[in-house]
Amino acid sequence: MVANIGFFALVLAFAASLYGAAAAAFGSLRRRPAFVESGRHAMLLTWPLVTVAAAAIITLLLTQQYQISYVAAVTSRAMPAYLKVTALWGGQPGSLVFWSWLMSAFATAASLRRWDRDRELLPWVVVVTMVTLAFFLMLVIFFENPFARLWQSIEGQQVTAMFAPAGATPLVPVDGNGLNPLLRHPGMVIHPPMLYLGFVSFVIPYAFAMAAMVTGRTDDRWIRVTRRWTLVAWLFLSLGLILGGRWAYDVLGWGGYWGWDPVEIAAFMPWLSGTAFLHSVMIQEKRGMLKRWNLVLIVLTYALVIFGTFLTRSGVLSSVHAFAQSAIGPLFFGFIGLTLIVSTGLLLHRWNDLRSENQLGSLLSRESLFLLNNLLFMGILIVCFWGVIFPLVSELFTGQKVTVGPPFYERATGPLWAGLLLLMGVAPLAAYGRTAARLLGRALWKPALAAAVVVGVLIARGMTSPAALIGYGLATLTAFVTLFEFARGAWARRVRHGEGLLLALWRMAGRNRRRYGGYIIHLGVVLMAFGIIGIEMFQTETQGTLAQGEQMTLGRYVVVYSSLAQFDTPDDRNVARAVLSVYRDGRYLGELHPRRDYYYASQQPMTIPGVRSTLEDDLYVILVGWEPIAAEGATFKIYHNPLVNFVWFGGIVFILGTLVAAWPERETEPAAARVRSAAAPARA
Amino acid sequence: MRDLTSPAAWSLPPPERGRVRGGGVSPAWAAAVALTIALAALALPARAQEPTPSDDEVNAIAKGLYCPVCENVPLDVCPTQACAQWRETIREKLAAGWNQQQIQQYFVEQYGGRVLATPPPSGLNWLVYLLPPVAFVVAAYFLWRTMRRWAGARRPAPSPDAPTDDPYVARLEEELRRRS
Repeated sequence: MVANIGFFALVLAFAASLYGAAAAAFGSLRRRPAFVESGRHAMLLTWPLVTVAAAAIITLLLTQQYQISYVAAVTSRAMPAYLKVTALWGGQPGSLVFWSWLMSAFATAASLRRWDRDRELLPWVVVVTMVTLAFFLMLVIFFENPFARLWQSIEGQQVTAMFAPAGATPLVPVDGNGLNPLLRHPGMVIHPPMLYLGFVSFVIPYAFAMAAMVTGRTDDRWIRVTRRWTLVAWLFLSLGLILGGRWAYDVLGWGGYWGWDPVEIAAFMPWLSGTAFLHSVMIQEKRGMLKRWNLVLIVLTYALVIFGTFLTRSGVLSSVHAFAQSAIGPLFFGFIGLTLIVSTGLLLHRWNDLRSENQLGSLLSRESLFLLNNLLFMGILIVCFWGVIFPLVSELFTGQKVTVGPPFYERATGPLWAGLLLLMGVAPLAAYGRTAARLLGRALWKPALAAAVVVGVLIARGMTSPAALIGYGLATLTAFVTLFEFARGAWARRVRHGEGLLLALWRMAGRNRRRYGGYIIHLGVVLMAFGIIGIEMFQTETQGTLAQGEQMTLGRYVVVYSSLAQFDTPDDRNVARAVLSVYRDGRYLGELHPRRDYYYASQQPMTIPGVRSTLEDDLYVILVGWEPIAAEGATFKIYHNPLVNFVWFGGIVFILGTLVAAWPERETEPAAARVRSAAAPARA
Repeated sequence: MRDLTSPAAWSLPPPERGRVRGGGVSPAWAAAVALTIALAALALPARAQEPTPSDDEVNAIAKGLYCPVCENVPLDVCPTQACAQWRETIREKLAAGWNQQQIQQYFVEQYGGRVLATPPPSGLNWLVYLLPPVAFVVAAYFLWRTMRRWAGARRPAPSPDAPTDDPYVARLEEELRRRS
């Protein structure tokens, strides 16, 4: 019954989204406001309807209705209630419903707020969001139905279908398979929703961009309306990526947080184009330039969002065969292709209206440095896209499968990241329009000298890797430039208003949240760079088999194997847990408990490392194996991960900076007036 | 975010439900364990010796290899039984005096080029290495030309010393100037 209600709600939502798109388009083209209004009402219906469907799935998951194929696939009786709820996004069908739910919610939110102010754009926003929603609902209803039931056919085979096939009898498993154990982690509970929030929020700026092109409003209105959406989308995407990294570090047991896996890259690519977009829209807002390029970027981001959604849950890119066999693979690619064709057509149609209002003042200016930033982000994007796609290309043309692994990405993107670090240091000092090299040099030499001193100290302390030295040099340069910008502004306020430094900092950032939020983000990136360089360049590892009481040494650390216990837990796991004592420079630091959990229902093991974390480094120990008969022997792998916590710490700073930048500012007009009135007496 | 879930075969046999270790041990097991320990004590010195070649030497080579089943999981960290066997093969080859290149070549001959972390540079595979830099250089050239065209079209007067894109910063600059 609940399943039928849910399915029916999905079908209604699908019909409403199709009607909404058609009515809004018709009403706008024929200037019939009643149709536009009707389309909007249809759109407003979709969110409650998809909510009913999502609530139905959650009800089925919580009430353990294992005759529903999806419920049996992602939950089991032993799972706690909160995991059953989050199993909504534990598999492809539920994820697609969750995606649709977010899409309908955001479409509603976007239209509720600005309906009066942007009357000509909004019908087309309805069209774009509803077409996107209809596509996802179509996938859910026809190909990945979360409400499909399990049946036993007359021939005795198990069949999955929404309604009873002829002669089939219902099949009700006693228990489900349970959620993939790797997903039973707090990081994984919130990581997919964050990514999806980011993905779906990017649809809104795209929808406004398309609306601008259809209606011919080629000024920067669409960018101003969607500025906060873009920042929020980017915030969630960043948060999703950082949480994903943390999850990998905590759960996957290979000593790292990022493995250049196609699924990771799929989520990373929209972030890359989105980051380029966030920077280049500033040029359009300030100087009326790059209008075409910004449209290209947002179209690209939208296409990559759809591509990423598809990749993260399907895994079909692993081979040409998997792709050909999956029902939704070709559909996704068809939809992306259609999107690109329509968007490109519109862009070409408006090409002449999208001319720059301004010219580049000089090759050395804020604008040109932003363009360089875009070039570097696009370079990284090309590397990522090509790396993900190439195994398919190779298999298609030569029949040979190849692996494109981390060494490829690291080598190809390393110099580009270094370039971005350098730009982050230089660009904030460059002026719009034109910067004299002499002035830029004057602003830059002090931070550059300070960075050179840091590099000198690192060399003196024995660091020899040129890549690490360049990386740390550029990161510290950016850090000094950014801190200098903060100090300069705060000091000026302090002198003028007699404020304390902290208050001056607070008020200064509050007055221009976007700029200073951006700087805080840059500081976050610098901190993350410290950590990434640390673990990438200086990670060490060792592996060995120890008898009880034996020890293993890695650098300054000594690990002594004490004991191992193996036991069953009430939630249907078998746990093998080792106890190790850790010493550093001969001093006892404490115990670590690496373990291997084996999930009976899904027959999957999971490696949970024992980690000792400090700001300086992590000691990360994995239980690789143990002798099943005698408890004496066990194999451990130990990683020493220098500075890895800077990655997480920098991530937090990064997110805080994004929050500052996205926080609503007060109306700008009165502030400008205040500035004018304050500046007037000074001139007099 | 590697998916370690697909392969069914894991390096350790799945535990039996309800068996608890570290607590009660049956007499038969105890006898077997005692016998094993006694035999081990006879055969080995008091401390267990590192196998030759060591795990670290094996992992150094395994790091750059990928088995065809566990996609995107390097061999040195893959927990499947098949991968454990591959690591043992590496150990045997090392013991036989093979070097890293010979071992890699052996796996390529057995299982194809996909065992390597990056495609071997031959034939179509050159594309994976050439396309990104070529695309980047073309894009950079295009950008350079566009910027030259824009910059050449009109040269506005240089802006003041520092960015004055918003009134607030302009005011900051003004205050700084007056102070110095």
